Amino acid sequence: MEITSTLFTAKAIYVGIIFAITLGVAAYSTYFERIIAAFMQDRVGPDRAGPFGILQPLADAVKMFMKEDFIPANSNKWLFIAGPCLSMLTALMTSAVVPFGDQLDLGDGIILDLQGIDVNIGILWVFGIVSLGVYGVLIGGWASNNKYSLIGAIRAASQNISYELAMGLSIIAILMLSGSLSTKSIVETQQNGHWNILYQPLGFVIFLVCAFAECNRTPFDLPECETELIGGYHTEYSSMKLGFYLFSEYINMFISGAVMATLYFGGYDYLFNDYVAQISWLGEYAYNVSALLGLVVLIVKALIFVFIFMWVRWTLPRFRYDQLMGLGWTGLIPLAMFNVVLTGASMLFTVNDGGSNWMTVGASWAGVIIMLVVTFAYSEMKYKKKKLATA
Amino acid sequence: MTMLTDFGYILLFIIAAIVFVAVILFLAKLIRPNRPNEEKLTTYESGEEPDGNANVRFNIRFYVVALIFILFDVEIIFLFPWATVFGNKRLIAETDGLWGWFSLVEMFVFVGVLLIGLAYAWIKGHLDWVRPEVKTTEYESKIPTSLYDKINQKYSQ
Repeated sequence: MEITSTLFTAKAIYVGIIFAITLGVAAYSTYFERIIAAFMQDRVGPDRAGPFGILQPLADAVKMFMKEDFIPANSNKWLFIAGPCLSMLTALMTSAVVPFGDQLDLGDGIILDLQGIDVNIGILWVFGIVSLGVYGVLIGGWASNNKYSLIGAIRAASQNISYELAMGLSIIAILMLSGSLSTKSIVETQQNGHWNILYQPLGFVIFLVCAFAECNRTPFDLPECETELIGGYHTEYSSMKLGFYLFSEYINMFISGAVMATLYFGGYDYLFNDYVAQISWLGEYAYNVSALLGLVVLIVKALIFVFIFMWVRWTLPRFRYDQLMGLGWTGLIPLAMFNVVLTGASMLFTVNDGGSNWMTVGASWAGVIIMLVVTFAYSEMKYKKKKLATA
Repeated sequence: MTMLTDFGYILLFIIAAIVFVAVILFLAKLIRPNRPNEEKLTTYESGEEPDGNANVRFNIRFYVVALIFILFDVEIIFLFPWATVFGNKRLIAETDGLWGWFSLVEMFVFVGVLLIGLAYAWIKGHLDWVRPEVKTTEYESKIPTSLYDKINQKYSQ
């Protein structure tokens, strides 16, 4: 890697653009969160800063900068500062391996991957950085030397590690289909509409629930449950450090949306990308135009997930803590294990017998339906028994 | 381009993230006011005087959950390499389809052991959390319930 090469410059610009996109999306997520909340609760929402209130994120940023920041006398000063910084760092670093698009041809034989880096351990990087995210919350909550913060931090850590297991198991099912840990090749196996969601309906649902829990979003926002814990782990924080915590949550939402689009919804794949790459009047630019369209498509897919995050926030009430742990350990982990077994079986029957991909799709959906029927019948039976016992 | 140089770009990401965080914190420090006093710096405890050290005892279950998590996480890491070679077409072709069955059975055994571990923790009650219970009172009122019914009837009209 030569520091002066054009490729390096292009990559550096790419990193800047990705950061700008993530931060911009995160900033405007705060605005749209309020607009959507207002829409769902039949009120107006932010409308003072600029037309339709679109300058609201700017006003918030200015407020974050101008507020007085104090570090409680009893806190551990350096850890108190390190907590939110770590949260922000881990949130920003995850996007390094997400393939935001295909390749761009910059001329002179320089080809720029629209991806920070295509390592062969891509998805492990995401998994590892997400686990590191726990430290930001835990360090911040512990260093505040506040009882509410401590309880919030412990809850956050406990919840994140519990849901990480189910998340890892649902990723394993994806890896079985693609045969590679690289995010790029996971996307490439899904080109032309062979999206993993067709093969992994159950895995996707598990991953989505786990993503909610990992981002500490409602209905899993017990670490910052204001009715019990005031502000949770960021009770003592103010000014920009509080801003980092809040901001990293929105960045995580966007990045997890992008990761879900990558793993389950074909990444930058869209319906007519082969067609766009061959449009004659675009000439030599046709390929680049198709790649850039892919970038836009991926961001739109991620934004749809961000919308789902907000939609759920104003739809579902918060869990109780025993329900949360019960769902994670006794619900999602067995389900995710079942999903791994189901994926293995459905792949074997088709690969060995030379069947088509559609047979794999059929087998995995049939497995899910059978599981649903069995679970329903079992709970119905149990319910009847209970009713008999009490009657 | 080898893998090692590729990781340079990850370093680029890390450096950019650190620079971003540092610059923002520094800028905020420059422009914000700083007038601390004793009241502002006390620990927030709903307006009361803070009572004792905040590093209180917490429920032992959090610790148990962390222990179980480590066991399971290590086992999941072992599944990752297995998952990448499971659907390998070359291996399946070379062994005439036997590879798939062999690795699937192997994985069944492995996940089976995992499941037994989970079931053990489940049955032993390590996954149960304290949940609120509805307690029925044993207190018997001397006022007969028929009186309440009468009052209800009187005022419901």
